[in-house]
Amino acid sequence: MLKIENLQAQIEDKEILKGLNIEVKAGEVHAIMGPNGAGKSTMASVIAGKEEYEVTGGTIELNGEDISELAPEERAHAGVFLSFQYPVEIPGVTVTNFIKSSINESRKAQGLEEMPAKDLLKKIREKSQLLEIDRKFLSRSLNEGFSGGEKKRNEIFQMAMLEPKLAILDETDSGLDIDALRIVANGVNKLKSKDNAVIVITHYQRLLDYIVPDFVHVLHDGKIVKSGTKELALELEEKGYDWIKEL
Amino acid sequence: MSKYTEDDLKKELETQEYEYGFYTDIESDTFPKGLNEDIVRAISKKKNEPEWMTEWRLDAFRIWEQMEEPEWANVNYEKPDFQAISYYSAPKKADPNKSLDDVDPELLEMYKKLGISVDEQKKLQGVAVDIVVDSVSVATTFKKTLAEKGIIFMPISEAIQEHPELVKKYMGTVVPKTDNFYAALNSAVFTDGSFCYIPKGVKCPMELSTYFRINEGGTGQFERTLLIADESSYVSYLEGCTAPARDENQLHAAVVELIAMDAAEIKYSTVQNWFPGDKEGQGGVYNFVTKRGICETNAKISWTQVETGSAVTWKYPSCILKGNNSVGEFYSIAVTNNFQQADTGTKMIHLGKNTKSTIISKGISAGKSQNSYRGLVQINARAENARNFSQCDSLLMGDQCGAHTFPYIEAKNTTAQIEHEATTSKIGEDQLFYCNQRGIDTEKAIALIVNGFSKDVLNKLPMEFAVEAQKLLEISLEGSVG
Repeated sequence: MLKIENLQAQIEDKEILKGLNIEVKAGEVHAIMGPNGAGKSTMASVIAGKEEYEVTGGTIELNGEDISELAPEERAHAGVFLSFQYPVEIPGVTVTNFIKSSINESRKAQGLEEMPAKDLLKKIREKSQLLEIDRKFLSRSLNEGFSGGEKKRNEIFQMAMLEPKLAILDETDSGLDIDALRIVANGVNKLKSKDNAVIVITHYQRLLDYIVPDFVHVLHDGKIVKSGTKELALELEEKGYDWIKEL
Repeated sequence: MSKYTEDDLKKELETQEYEYGFYTDIESDTFPKGLNEDIVRAISKKKNEPEWMTEWRLDAFRIWEQMEEPEWANVNYEKPDFQAISYYSAPKKADPNKSLDDVDPELLEMYKKLGISVDEQKKLQGVAVDIVVDSVSVATTFKKTLAEKGIIFMPISEAIQEHPELVKKYMGTVVPKTDNFYAALNSAVFTDGSFCYIPKGVKCPMELSTYFRINEGGTGQFERTLLIADESSYVSYLEGCTAPARDENQLHAAVVELIAMDAAEIKYSTVQNWFPGDKEGQGGVYNFVTKRGICETNAKISWTQVETGSAVTWKYPSCILKGNNSVGEFYSIAVTNNFQQADTGTKMIHLGKNTKSTIISKGISAGKSQNSYRGLVQINARAENARNFSQCDSLLMGDQCGAHTFPYIEAKNTTAQIEHEATTSKIGEDQLFYCNQRGIDTEKAIALIVNGFSKDVLNKLPMEFAVEAQKLLEISLEGSVG
């Protein structure tokens, strides 16, 4: 699904990713952990194609195709989804309207007709139930006045609607109370299939009790310094990140 | 709203140039350039006007001669040479007395390019249209249907002939000849425009619509609209404007007067898309317009405008809330891009008791443009319990444009309640990236964000106009973020 080789990226001449390697296969869940400033969010932004970051070396392949030169919307059309750590507000644009535009732009890129309103509404109903979202929520302006938890739940709702091949969840657990965390994790688990893959970026082991990863990677100073199974996450929780820094 | 698909938008966005910039080659009958009493008399004669009208014009001309062009607006432009403009230009083949079937096919073709196919409108059975090209009204549809209800909707030149008592009684009562420089000029030289009268208790069954277009080069357009809603009547009126792309500046100085008698309601919507000038700031229309309405007891006037065109806009649709319990509303979206300059807003003059006004202004600036909101809320001494709510929001794109707000509040009665809210925001890279990540490209993302920002005002437009307005917003901001 995703194959990243020797990825190097910088922002304003500051090198952040320094030769990152990772391979994620369809059907897998990978967790990326690491201390603050390790480059976790940069990795997510670079895969999604944020233009402030300059890729200075390496490749990003999605299903065998190099996507590192594609515009962010083209990567989205190819099936990349990023659940933002800090989702932005768009006043006056409702959640429903935004999702409709998003789905139809992707369909257009694939040469498909717009999704019929009936199908769209059915899907919205189905997915909002999955994430226990109140229907009133859907007619509010996107992220405007949303609580931290509502913003994150809305991100996963969009993920459910868009059905991406590769979903990257950037600190989706931050700002969530335990109930919201359970709902969000439950949603992600239900959306998981043998055809898609999930990368969970997190600081804490907590989320991984709910979304159980197949692999855990530790990112430090722009590189993956250690990989393992979910036991590695427990070890990190116990020992902290300091011992990693000495590896 | 469903008719207009995203593919249509894409097609339109591909044509980056001003979409309405074609020039229709119709033979026209144009006066020599310049302005003096003889020209004013000649215009009046051309229109077979009665003596009182000629005198009214001459009086206005003499007033205008004594006036100075105003300089207080936040705009910079080379002042027009009023002696270098031709004050009358009529498409030769047009004859307002003929039915639509007799209209010059080339003119009809032009309306099609404007996207206002009269044939189609006819089928829709919803909108009666009066089309003013340069100086003359070309065709008024639905005249008969309206006449059955006693509604008069015709070119003002015809109204002067057929209903002189109404024109004489009301013209200049809301915007007097002495009001301002451009209003005085318009009073002297106006060539056509629309006249509308809704009788007592009649609810106009369809939207009334006027399309204005400047075609001939070196001419000015001075249309005059007079709309009278008699007691307890209702009318919704739409006005659209376009002009061809030219490298010289064209002058447009209109006057619109609305009269809402007791318990009458007038909804007046404008989509202004005069040629804004090119990317280097060459050409474009100078749009100096005076629009004002008067509300008697329990009456209501609602102005809604979407201003995307013109090189320079100077326009303040206003309400005089004379009667007790009368209501004035102003909803505005003003978009400026490239080198456009807009100074627009409203005046709400509260005279009666329990009068209420609402102002919602959305300014969107891009390129190197300057966009100003200028508004006056005046509560007079006898206006007990007057209320006003104003909201002025500005959205900026890029770092070379300007947004300005000049709200004036004068309250002479202690019972007044006045609220003013203002915000300024910028379309951020983060918002664009968020949309991009969801598969929405930057052009479409801007359209989405701008439409969201303008929603409160777009919602006030009649449906068919809302679609056109949305398209215009998108086209006007094409290429505004690099």
